[in-house]
Amino acid sequence: MTTSTAPVQHSDEHYLSMDLLRFTTAGSVDDGKSTLIGRLLYDSKAIFDDALENLERVTQQRGEEHLNLSLLTDGLRAEREQGITIDVAYRYFATPKRKFIIADTPGHIQYTRNMVTGASTANLAIILIDARKGVIEQTCRHSFIASLLRIPHVVVAVNKMDLVDFSEQRFNEIVAQYSEFASRLDIPDIKFIPISALHGDNVVDKSAKMPWYQGGSLLYTLETVYIGSDLNHVDPRFPIQTVIRPHSDEHHDFRGFAGRVAGGVFKPGDEIVSLPSGFPAKIKSIHGPDGELAEAFAPMSVAITLDREIDSSRGDCFGKPNNHPIATKDIEAMVCWFSEKPLQPNGKYIIRHTTREAKCMVKAVRYKVNINTLHKLEDDLTINMNDIGRIQVRVAVPLMVDPYKRNRTTGSFILVDEFTNATVGAGMILWPDGSESAATVDSYVEMGGL
Amino acid sequence: MSSYNLTHLSQLEHEAIFVIREVAAQFERPALLFSGGKDSIVMARLAQKAFAPAKIPFPLVHVDTGHNFDEAIEYRDWFVKEIGARLVVRYVADSIKAGRCQEEKGPNPSRNGLQTVTLLDTIEEFQFDACLGGARRDEEKARAKERFFSHRDEFGQWDPKNQRPELWNLFNGRKQVGEHFRVFPLSNWTEMDVWQYIARENLRIPSIYFSHTRKVVNRGGVLLAESPFITLLEGEQYEERVVRFRTVGDATCTGAVLSTASNMADIIQEVASARVTERGARADDKRSESAMEDRKKAGYF
Repeated sequence: MTTSTAPVQHSDEHYLSMDLLRFTTAGSVDDGKSTLIGRLLYDSKAIFDDALENLERVTQQRGEEHLNLSLLTDGLRAEREQGITIDVAYRYFATPKRKFIIADTPGHIQYTRNMVTGASTANLAIILIDARKGVIEQTCRHSFIASLLRIPHVVVAVNKMDLVDFSEQRFNEIVAQYSEFASRLDIPDIKFIPISALHGDNVVDKSAKMPWYQGGSLLYTLETVYIGSDLNHVDPRFPIQTVIRPHSDEHHDFRGFAGRVAGGVFKPGDEIVSLPSGFPAKIKSIHGPDGELAEAFAPMSVAITLDREIDSSRGDCFGKPNNHPIATKDIEAMVCWFSEKPLQPNGKYIIRHTTREAKCMVKAVRYKVNINTLHKLEDDLTINMNDIGRIQVRVAVPLMVDPYKRNRTTGSFILVDEFTNATVGAGMILWPDGSESAATVDSYVEMGGL
Repeated sequence: MSSYNLTHLSQLEHEAIFVIREVAAQFERPALLFSGGKDSIVMARLAQKAFAPAKIPFPLVHVDTGHNFDEAIEYRDWFVKEIGARLVVRYVADSIKAGRCQEEKGPNPSRNGLQTVTLLDTIEEFQFDACLGGARRDEEKARAKERFFSHRDEFGQWDPKNQRPELWNLFNGRKQVGEHFRVFPLSNWTEMDVWQYIARENLRIPSIYFSHTRKVVNRGGVLLAESPFITLLEGEQYEERVVRFRTVGDATCTGAVLSTASNMADIIQEVASARVTERGARADDKRSESAMEDRKKAGYF
């Protein structure tokens, strides 16, 4: 390990003003993903001595030559035995600027569901490309998932630059190759960084070996990417989790609708409308973790009191009279399948959407996506584990939805098996009623592959 | 450019409150596991905030190993009274007496593993369907793959290879009769976050977290405090040292660290420069590479 970051400042004022970036990394061992994560953790001092000593001991026992950093993330016995990552592992580190949560996901095709899981909460995805190989099938798959899950920022890390003599020409070729392919996806922000994870070039510090590269190091990029506008602060959405009623003399009339703001801004005095009933009311007060608030925005957990009694409870959603989610029983969605048992056409499932749970039926499978080529498959409609496809769902009660593109909270849902209670699918809503069947998402898969 | 940003600590706070409320909404008989340790103190604080101005709508549960630091028990009783919560205590000693489990042999018999039996019995006695705990993913690598909502079968077991995927903020708490959940709202917190939160909220914590003089014995690199539950081996002796504890657990396996950190600012500085994980001083985790995974599978916290 060559360089290290400046020591993390932990004075109260400083630590209390740091923000948070959640990112995901997808790739296989060959990409140097574990080496990269190991280096970020090591250089930011997130790996402790006892963990490192343990790692050295285990590496020796296994008779391996180099320190096997994947052992840091492969926490389960089965993973260490088989030398594979089975599950999403969450890792934490901080620099003086930001705190980071890494969702580290295995990149093999059979783990698409893990990648989707890791991507669902990420602000940023690091996509690793081996400089010798360029854009390959796996790159395509990872990018499609990042696009489908609407991760706002993608960093394409062109790794193993040391093995192509730190060639600017090779880097530019890959940038061109990727850009052409990505133009058919929907990723708002893409950055390219040439790195060598093994030697640390452009990971933490700028590399002297690639003077032609004008951008910042990977860590600098992670520290500075602007995430302030990633959440929707325009469309007011407030799914109710539970109702707080103290039953005490002091707070006799208190009736607080507790929940987490999913979009927009709510202020005392605002007119709201509760869906699906459509009852209007005015906000009396908003209570945050530290008392009354002048405003609440995503992702704050608050309790809202109203100026009149309305019949609202868990699963209902507040919006505003001129801007609210659509209450609908019919949705069109892209779904990623998690279960070994394929999706059952006309099958009944439990759907969980924001705080509402209901029965639903998958009425139709429109098509399946070949996630390596992005071809649309209309003759094979069996959605197996790790498959992604487009479905039509009919729900027993109205859900208050937005297109996923507009809001990741009110636009997402999971499907649960009625009998095993397992989570079997994850859905992203294209459009509530299917009438304006989201052309943008269709275009992802109508590009005819690479 | 919007000004709608939250600091990372506030984001973690809002996330934890969301998860705690989700538990109250999805389950009939939740409980909050409370040891008097720093993580459970933060948990209790967040639970207070989640339901204010109402009281925490579920009891605090302490599984008492009997191998306690007096300071932790004094703190527990003070705290529960302070916040007006209901406390349920069940004792490992009773489980041993009833023949439900057996005391470990050896010079520092730990009751840490035995807690599992008492915990599962307590869950059954009160029919708890969700137990909130303060475990964090940064503590130990088996925990790095833990879910917020962790499903346990009818034997209280964790099946790491068959966990429910968790996407967005959608937590699936559906279960069969007899099964239950462990829920970990602090999953995304680090040790530093916990300390910073305690400092920010000005929370009182048990005195053993601060530097003090105590008789300890060095056993295999772990400094164990003098207690009636430890038998000195040949050549061992207690020595007075200036120490503090980074975690509060069974006194037979919770090691002290040499430290002069006597206030929050000192502790935070110490945590920032520490090069050993907080569980590095836990003798129970040193038993094998998979010690934590094995205990968790069996139904440990």
